[in-house]
Amino acid sequence: MRRPTESDATPSMAALLVAVGARRDVEAFEALFRHFAPRVKAYMARLAGDSHLAEELMQETMVAVWNKADRFDPAKGAASTWIFTIARNLRIDAFRRDNRPDFDPNDPAFVQDDVAPADEMFESQEVSAQLHLAMASLPEEQVALLKLAFFEDRSHSAIATSLNMPLGTVKSRLRLAFAKLRAALDRNGDAS
Amino acid sequence: MTIRHHLSDDLLVSYAAGSLAEGWSLAVATHLALCPECRKRLALAEDIGGELLDATETSEDVTSSWEAVRRRLAEPVVSEAPRATPGGRREGGLPEPLRSYLGGDIDTLRWRSLGRGAYQIRIPTADSETQVRLLRIPAGKPVPEHGHGGRELTLVLTGSFADGDDLFARGDIEDADASLTHQPIATPGEDCICLAVTDAPLRFRSWIVRAIQPILGI
Repeated sequence: MRRPTESDATPSMAALLVAVGARRDVEAFEALFRHFAPRVKAYMARLAGDSHLAEELMQETMVAVWNKADRFDPAKGAASTWIFTIARNLRIDAFRRDNRPDFDPNDPAFVQDDVAPADEMFESQEVSAQLHLAMASLPEEQVALLKLAFFEDRSHSAIATSLNMPLGTVKSRLRLAFAKLRAALDRNGDAS
Repeated sequence: MTIRHHLSDDLLVSYAAGSLAEGWSLAVATHLALCPECRKRLALAEDIGGELLDATETSEDVTSSWEAVRRRLAEPVVSEAPRATPGGRREGGLPEPLRSYLGGDIDTLRWRSLGRGAYQIRIPTADSETQVRLLRIPAGKPVPEHGHGGRELTLVLTGSFADGDDLFARGDIEDADASLTHQPIATPGEDCICLAVTDAPLRFRSWIVRAIQPILGI
């Protein structure tokens, strides 16, 4: 299927990130920076407010993107996803006193994926384009809830309280949004 | 190994967003280590985070930030030491991140008796929201009957237990809320070791819950 051309910056962002990782390409990094830095700063400002700290955390994130770019694998996901996870981890370090334990794919007890890497490559490129379209077709209330869930460092019960909504409603709306996005991706990918 | 009981969407979203407290996250991450299917779902949740980030509207001029960051690009990178992990497959052992929290694998754990053949190890975390413990229930025996004041996640690591008609084996996670009074029973043949995460008892404000907590003992 045809990829959306306008406003879907993701595929070219992945190419830029690969160029940074492979060749330390400063021009490619500047293009990435101009796109992502304001967005990452807005993400940090959700917790830091309009402060010097938001700027500092944004710069930390972007320097980490530069330094770790050779570990970005376009077969595993979009550039925006990879940058989001770096920003998220730095934000946790800055604002939370507890940790976010993570699994370790090199751990001998880790159960490996049974999907062939070639399929993943195909799938991941499809997924980011499809997801972009699918998100645009979600009802506004579901997008608003996803934004709260991803950008504010708040539990779902705290979100429910702030929206004056039962916790069950928050959970079921998230489930609904998730199911729609998954269905949209399955419809065009190899339905798995 | 076929996992039948998976993570709920709301846990995956909170974990992907980084807003889930450490205790819950430990159960989620340990399940993810055992469950390729939920890792795929986590990837979708993180893609949503990336997409939301990408779609953020801003009009901020970052020219001066760019000048500052460009000066830092030549700085030498302090590379992270790779995590030391012993080689070789090890089926059935404790996966990361849980193993590090316990400081060792199943054969080196120091259990504390709960009576009636059941044992536990408390696992400290830095969040004030959860209480985390590893439980060992003797084969064929029930976990003492308990309702709970809030949510309880139970992740099976060895053996299995039945709760009503549902069977939970290695990698399966049971997600129980306050409304459920349940009586899991370990399957005969092998002790059941599971990771149990509950709301911290400090959060229970009801006098009745406070009154019966010491009796529950776990």
